[in-house]
Amino acid sequence: MSTDILMPALSPTMEEGTLAKWHVKVGDSVRSGDVIAEIETDKATMEVEAVDEGVVEALLVAEGTEAVKVNAPIARLSGGEGAAPAPVATPATEPATAVATAPAPEPVGVSAPVRAEGARIFASPLARRVAGQKGLDLTAIAGSGPRGRIILRDVENATPATAAPAATAPRATAPAAEAPPRQVRSLEQLGIPPGSYDLKPLDGMRKTVARRLTESFRDVPHFPLNVDIELDALLEARIAVNAMLAAEGVKVSVNDLIIKAAAVALRRVPEANASFTPEGIAYHHHADVAVAVAIDGGLITPIIRAAETKGLAQIATEMKDLAERARSRKLKPQEFQGGTFSISNLGMFGIRSFASIINEPQGAILSVGAGEKRPVVRGDTLGIATVMSVTLTCDHRVVDGAIGARWLTAFKALLENPIAMIV
Amino acid sequence: MADSFDLVVIGAGPGGYVAAIRASQLGLKTAIVEREALGGVCLNWGCIPTKALLKSGEVYDQLSHLADYGLSVEGRAYDFGAIVDRSRKVAKQLSAGVAFLMKKNKIEVVSGAASLKAGSSAPGVVVALSAGGERTLTAKAVILATGARARVIPAIGLVPDGDRVWTYREAMVPKAAPASLLVVGSGAIGIELASFYRSLGAEVTVIEALPRIVPVEDEEISAAAQKAFEKRGLKFRVGAKVTALTKTATGVALSLEADGKTETLEAEKAIVAVGIEGNVEGLGLESLGVTVDRGHVVIDSHCATNVPGLYAIGDIAGPPWLAHKASHEGVACVEHIAGQGGAHLAAPIPGCTYSTPQIASIGLTEGQAKAKGLDIKVGRFPFRVNGKAIAAGETEGFVKTIFDAGTGALVGAHMLGAEVTEMIQGFALAMTLEATEAEIMATVFPHPTMSEAMHESVLDAFGKVIHL
Repeated sequence: MSTDILMPALSPTMEEGTLAKWHVKVGDSVRSGDVIAEIETDKATMEVEAVDEGVVEALLVAEGTEAVKVNAPIARLSGGEGAAPAPVATPATEPATAVATAPAPEPVGVSAPVRAEGARIFASPLARRVAGQKGLDLTAIAGSGPRGRIILRDVENATPATAAPAATAPRATAPAAEAPPRQVRSLEQLGIPPGSYDLKPLDGMRKTVARRLTESFRDVPHFPLNVDIELDALLEARIAVNAMLAAEGVKVSVNDLIIKAAAVALRRVPEANASFTPEGIAYHHHADVAVAVAIDGGLITPIIRAAETKGLAQIATEMKDLAERARSRKLKPQEFQGGTFSISNLGMFGIRSFASIINEPQGAILSVGAGEKRPVVRGDTLGIATVMSVTLTCDHRVVDGAIGARWLTAFKALLENPIAMIV
Repeated sequence: MADSFDLVVIGAGPGGYVAAIRASQLGLKTAIVEREALGGVCLNWGCIPTKALLKSGEVYDQLSHLADYGLSVEGRAYDFGAIVDRSRKVAKQLSAGVAFLMKKNKIEVVSGAASLKAGSSAPGVVVALSAGGERTLTAKAVILATGARARVIPAIGLVPDGDRVWTYREAMVPKAAPASLLVVGSGAIGIELASFYRSLGAEVTVIEALPRIVPVEDEEISAAAQKAFEKRGLKFRVGAKVTALTKTATGVALSLEADGKTETLEAEKAIVAVGIEGNVEGLGLESLGVTVDRGHVVIDSHCATNVPGLYAIGDIAGPPWLAHKASHEGVACVEHIAGQGGAHLAAPIPGCTYSTPQIASIGLTEGQAKAKGLDIKVGRFPFRVNGKAIAAGETEGFVKTIFDAGTGALVGAHMLGAEVTEMIQGFALAMTLEATEAEIMATVFPHPTMSEAMHESVLDAFGKVIHL
């Protein structure tokens, strides 16, 4: 008896992925729970575990194969010699799935084109061509063909109005459908001859980063607010905290303190913990703080959920784990999708001040510069303090200048008087 | 015997029985009512038995061209009774196949004539059982799939008489092949029967009221088909209005008017093939208030009639009167009833005529495309320069494709030639998937095949043809 192992869906919206690596070869015996392969999407790499016991009979998809459809067979497992008899309840013909697979795609109605970022768009060649001719963005058009495929009539019926973002999607903006497609000139046209550079093809993450940030920078009305924060009290508090936590093997970083302070400030100024949607402004119940982590080939923003409810030790422990797994691309989609506020910290690189691009649909992002000794004026005296410059980039549709300023004031107060964080 | 169902289908032709199977697959408790043989006209008196007859005619035709292939046989003869018997056997086999499919899918077959009466969520179905007695079926939904029959015009004698004037039905089972034949109507049915009897040596004249034969086809196809048929000895009268069909001592006489002149043609037999009309009678449609327009039940895009719970598919719901259209509607209708249907997809419907040479087409003719105001690109490729066609000695005909110049959408494809009916689905697939010329051009067509002419025709439309 052999069973097929199917391509798993790593998230409910995943339609295909890359089979990055096989951990087994033909002839290997596997037991339930053994890692057999790594699957890569544009956002994450995940391990696929065997759920059955048996011998690998065939690897049906070669390592490195892209665009493997969810539920396509990727390997075949036979009941190995000495393997336990198959459970009677399992019909021999029922394929075993490696991990829980998504339900069969439901027919997509004519509204709400909610698609995963970077997901393949199913559209007929004719629909693609006519959309191109009309300058319509396919990502904003709902398909009425089989399995939600976009067909000619959908494009013909699409006007800039109907090609607007899905009403129910929390995503605040969609590419303006009426905008003509931007003409990108080739490097050669711009005077850089081929052969004078190496071309690295765009991977899924790079494409997603490029598209999302372009959309955000173009479509979100954003403005920066700057403030300098003195850190000496915070650094002392950190030493004390770490001394207390030493026995537990936990070490709190300045960044962990910033996460905590940001979360508490969001609780105190809830207007800043908000998202713009076409129906109204969504005020989030918790401060889910996304923290940008640079990884090989891009960046990703793992999230500390409900950070305002968590202690420093817990934040430090979670952040360490998330960052490590982010670097090895092992984050689960729910661990990096759906934050309400972001922090990007380039202090470790000596950057003094910068302004980040908003991570939609969040209402603001905090850019943290390096803490450094600077001259400060207190009264009429010149002194020295460890000072850090931060910039809050706000979505003006949600966070007006005064709200942003109130949030920064609260944030600054927490960092300059860290004991306030625990009250 | 439980008489309550989720779905009752009336008529077991290619619309009805396919709808019933799909319903059963979707878990609906389904019954199907049929007053004659399972499979309907298609399996018993249409598509299938005519293909059996035509095959006999084709093979017989080939025998007269054996020398072209370096072959010879002694003598050449046919046994008309055996040809008809084979055709009936083929029909029986397939009808039995439908019976098996009904059983396999646990669909209850009720033999008898159905009529409708007012019901709660859907009309009730009263069946006058073939075995005697009556049975009333209730269902949440009822599908009318009673098909159609040959249109007749008794006022001018265009009505079967059981002897010398036939419809397709009588024409399929005569005792002997006529020596001469008049065929009124040059649609698919008329042309196929004319082609068959011509193969067996009959003197055949086809009369068409419109200015060209196979009038639903592209104008160029009509012209080329007429030439090809005339080469085989078929005669035509186009733009000819039949004024009377009468009987003579030995056969029939047909009076017609064309270009202001009158003419009388005589022959042994005549076939009436002037279209078909829906089987809308005796079903109780009037009392339920079902909207019927010119012999066909009016339906919406989900095949629903104006009466709640009552649907209609196939020939009874209007043209094109094609088995595959009925099956397609049957599946879409049942999926809608079961709540599984997506938006109705208006897939283009191919049409096929199994004459020698064959005709196959899909989408708009050049005339229709121009009438719609489309800016078009037209490509053509003749089989006379196609390697496979030359090798097979089947160089008659050509492939014509019509594209929207602005979008590259394939809006129509038309073919005349051997086996083109087996190739048209390539264009059907392209149109349903909304391929543009780019995808068709990028598709690899196997060599040597007649299908290469399809590729070349597309290339020709865009000035890239290779072998011309």
